[in-house]
Amino acid sequence: MVNRQPVGAHYGLKDWIAQRATAVYMALFTVLFAVCVLTLPEFSYASWSGLFKSGVFRFLSFLFFLSLFYHAWIGVRDIWMDYVKPTGVRLALHLVTLFLLVGYAGWAAQILWRL
Amino acid sequence: MSEMTVRKQRPKHLALNQIRQPLPAIVSILHRISGAGLFLMLPFLLFLLDRSLGSPDSFVTFAAIVGHPLVKLLLIGLLWAYLHHFCAGIRFLLLDLHKGGELQAARNSSRIVLVVSIALTVVIGVKLW
Repeated sequence: MVNRQPVGAHYGLKDWIAQRATAVYMALFTVLFAVCVLTLPEFSYASWSGLFKSGVFRFLSFLFFLSLFYHAWIGVRDIWMDYVKPTGVRLALHLVTLFLLVGYAGWAAQILWRL
Repeated sequence: MSEMTVRKQRPKHLALNQIRQPLPAIVSILHRISGAGLFLMLPFLLFLLDRSLGSPDSFVTFAAIVGHPLVKLLLIGLLWAYLHHFCAGIRFLLLDLHKGGELQAARNSSRIVLVVSIALTVVIGVKLW
């Protein structure tokens, strides 16, 4: 029997690609976001929330958040894998990270579509 | 005698605080530290976004929180973390594409990452403050 750890690094390529794909999307969105915010006439509630009134901008923002949380999952998981050796502790940290990020995704959706 | 010297098991001991880290190593560890810091502050940042978009009233709350000097300082720290992670990330993507992997090019690009991310932090930080 192969002695595999449930929290070991045996699922590399997909995550490696995902980490980079999400990074590229976030980089592009960051530039778009910076341009949109810098061209606001003034930073007030009306103009700031007006930016998020557009369905396209909400969609792109939500995609940014999903990319961010997936990207953060891979990155934080790698940190746990590098520094936390006991399997049980590592598994617990993985689960906490995962639950937090899934919760954040729900929170982000609520922030964007509640308006 | 010499055989004994070879067989002797020496502990592997890398005194990271005593080794002078090359610039690419510094950029790399800062990429990790900035990522971890951003992850830890996610709930606070989502909370700020929530307040800023909630209603005109909650926007006032948001502006008051963000206006506090200590919060401003924290946000500028996070701005640097984001910008460093951004710049270093682009450098890593280029390295993945086998661009700039030679020693001198890698040193130069890591210097550029450090300088550009700090410069952008100062420019945007001054504008926001």
